[in-house]
Amino acid sequence: MNKNTKNFVFTIILAYVLSLYLPWWSVMLAALISGFLIPLKKGAVFFIPFIAIALLWIVQSYMLSSANDFILAKKIATLLMLDGNSTLLLLVAGVVGGLAAGVSGILGKQISTLSK
Amino acid sequence: MKQLKFGLSLVLAITTFYVLNTKLGSLPPLGKFLSPSQGVWQNEITESASNSEINIKGLSAPVIVKYDEHLIPHIFAENKKDLYKAQGYITAQHRLWQMEFQTHAAAGRLSEIVGEDALNYDRTERRRGMVYGAEQKLKNWEKDQEVIDYVDAYADGVNQYINSLSPGEYPVEYKLLDYAPEQWTRKKTALLLMYMTKMLAGGDSDLEYTNFLKKYGKERFDLLYPDFFDVNDPVIPAETDWSFMENATQTPIPDSEMPLDYVKETIEKPHPDNGSNNWAVSPDKSYSGNAILANDPHLGLNLPSIWYAMQLTTPEQNTYGVSLPGAVGIIIGFNEHIAWGMTNATRDVIDWYKIEFEDKTNSNYKYDNAWKATTKRVEEIKIRGKETFLDTVTYTHHGPVTYDANFKGNGEKVGYAMRWTGHLGGQNQRTLLDLNTSKNYDDYKNAIKNFLAPAQNVIFASTEGDIALWIQGKFPNKWKGQGKFLMDGSNPEHDWQGYIPQEYNAHTKNPERGFVSSANQHPVDESYPYYVFNDGYETYRNRVINDFFRSKDKFDIQDFKDLHNNNFNLQASELLPYMIPVVEKAELSSDEQNMLNEIKSWKYNNDIDEVGPTIWQIWYDTLAELTWDEIENDSIALDYPFKYQTAYLLKNNPNDKFMDIVETPEIETANDLFVIAFKDAVVKLNTLKTNKGTINWKEAKATYIGHLLQSLPAFSRHDLPIGGYSGIVNATSQNHGPSWRMIVEMTSPPTALGVYPGGQSGNPGSKFYDDLVDTWAAGKYLKLNFMQDKNQNDGVIFSQTLNPSNE
Repeated sequence: MNKNTKNFVFTIILAYVLSLYLPWWSVMLAALISGFLIPLKKGAVFFIPFIAIALLWIVQSYMLSSANDFILAKKIATLLMLDGNSTLLLLVAGVVGGLAAGVSGILGKQISTLSK
Repeated sequence: MKQLKFGLSLVLAITTFYVLNTKLGSLPPLGKFLSPSQGVWQNEITESASNSEINIKGLSAPVIVKYDEHLIPHIFAENKKDLYKAQGYITAQHRLWQMEFQTHAAAGRLSEIVGEDALNYDRTERRRGMVYGAEQKLKNWEKDQEVIDYVDAYADGVNQYINSLSPGEYPVEYKLLDYAPEQWTRKKTALLLMYMTKMLAGGDSDLEYTNFLKKYGKERFDLLYPDFFDVNDPVIPAETDWSFMENATQTPIPDSEMPLDYVKETIEKPHPDNGSNNWAVSPDKSYSGNAILANDPHLGLNLPSIWYAMQLTTPEQNTYGVSLPGAVGIIIGFNEHIAWGMTNATRDVIDWYKIEFEDKTNSNYKYDNAWKATTKRVEEIKIRGKETFLDTVTYTHHGPVTYDANFKGNGEKVGYAMRWTGHLGGQNQRTLLDLNTSKNYDDYKNAIKNFLAPAQNVIFASTEGDIALWIQGKFPNKWKGQGKFLMDGSNPEHDWQGYIPQEYNAHTKNPERGFVSSANQHPVDESYPYYVFNDGYETYRNRVINDFFRSKDKFDIQDFKDLHNNNFNLQASELLPYMIPVVEKAELSSDEQNMLNEIKSWKYNNDIDEVGPTIWQIWYDTLAELTWDEIENDSIALDYPFKYQTAYLLKNNPNDKFMDIVETPEIETANDLFVIAFKDAVVKLNTLKTNKGTINWKEAKATYIGHLLQSLPAFSRHDLPIGGYSGIVNATSQNHGPSWRMIVEMTSPPTALGVYPGGQSGNPGSKFYDDLVDTWAAGKYLKLNFMQDKNQNDGVIFSQTLNPSNE
């Protein structure tokens, strides 16, 4: 398994476990820890945790929402001016989670560089 | 370099966290809001369809809750304390955000949640003494241990639910506005009842009338705002014999001056259409020989609905109906023996007194030729993201000085104080609980005795075959004309001199005509021995209802349904025959001629697929604006005359000075106004047609049910296919109308139908959020499943068991 894959899998698992006990920013913590323990290079520093958490959030949200026929997702998508499109809302959620994770991944990497 | 990179990435991470964790403007904190573990996805739930068990502290025995297919809970408890604890828990489970939001609104605490925009609203609520009134209520309740026990049991139930929640489980509105629920208290229940009191008895026009009187004089006032209209079909039948009130004496008129002040701006009033219909027929007039009762309270149409339906059962009682989330018991409903309903009595229970302060500290005011000390209440209004606002409200023996130098007043040393029965406290919660368990007319009569405000026309029917209606509230015994206008707060003779004795409140039991009814019209005719001021009485719905019950001998359930859904526009039917012939003689364009032909063929029914109601309403509204242009365009606060009187004057005083449009050089008469208004209306109708593609009543009226929070479109329902209008028995206007429709036949046990425009769940993510809306709009009802046995599973979709626990 290369480092990217390792970081990716570890971030998802850690984020999932932490989210059971901590608020939403558990994904930032997870990405920070993986970025520190499994430092990546260049764009991957940001994009691997970004994709990991975006995926996690989209899948989790999709599962919760599809079980209820997207009733609320459509309304929230209207509220956030996404034209009532629940798929778009899932993508936005993914981007938000991914962004939080991505910047945390960068921070994790910098801490690891600093501590060397 | 390393350090710099680290520093930059730290700043980036912190900034991202801050932005995603903070509410920015109207945007919720997006990280929190969209996270699957904590955000809105957790609210994407329709209430569970599987049975569950919950541990509740302080129960004496298990409580069984059965949910029917509309999520209406049927609660079976072993005693009342358990029952009301369960009511609190179950209500909070479905309506927590609404319960808290409404009491925040009552307490003038919205700025805490939504920020500075609500400050003016909050100050108004504080200055009308809403919190003071709730405290007065609590003082009374605390004298009645049983009531306090139930109110506390309810609060404990709510709190056990709140305490069981993680932030991820909070209702979605908390997440949207980024705040958390606080603990429920008995004071919040008192505040909720103040919220209702204000909604129903919080309006008056005294200051507007004073402005009018000062400007136009008494003769003009009496013409535009008469005490009685030339038609009157009162709540209590006109033939009622008042001779039993042998000790009734109306307060004599004092010989004194009234202050005549101009007030530029008055405080916000409740919706003028807040009212209702109720009626009941006696066994003789009923198809089955059982009395039948109906009620439909007209209120603002909101989601979550103001009502929450439930059945409350102990071995001693079995009550079904609608509750107000936050209040204990059923408010409108029935049990095995009786059914009851409410409409607003619309009596003048707010008066205003001019206060002269000794100096600008407002510490003393003139009373009976001496200086009397005031008390002060410092209202702390927390504002989201801003410093707390402190508002000092001065209190006199009349009540709070709402208007003063700091708030919409007339400069220093002058104030206007409010005298309101809403501040008297009372035992409303006791009345409601006693009605829940009443078994016959005497129980009902005793139950309502201590109900002070908001005064209600409380209708009653029993399995024993009695029907009755009491106009119940605490009513000041006024001198003729007292409280129409601003009074002199320094003159003891201007104080309320006493109250009408409760047993002299107008009422009727088993009247000869075989039915009782009310629709916010005049309570009595002129023979009633006390002074009753016309506080804007309804003059149309009542006549349609009473004429209907006079029209034949027997009535069945279908008749009741038809009457709820009756769209006959009596006002149009009385005025249009005067207007159309005038316009027919005028020179019209082909467009105008077409519109005229359309309305000529209209049968006065405000049905959804008609264009007649649209043409009529726009024509009439334009006409009213032109008639009352003097009032519309004045810089001081004035009220439009009543709808009925407007029509009366157009027909009977067509050359009155008010008919003239001030800004034109010509002198207009009513006939001129009919034509000008019609031509204006056609222009507006054409615009409407261009914008909406049709002028059908459904699209023109565009009825909607708005979410309680500024009608957020995403959580609201729009363009509902329902007819009617304000002043019609089906009183559905754009955002106001029948908020609960109930029909109960007094079989043993009673058989009932009911529906409300909403759904049991307050969660916009639930299919039960608005599942009753379409049924309601279609004029249909749910068959209410009045369960007689807790082991019944017929029509039950799932159940919850609340088990006693000690932890």
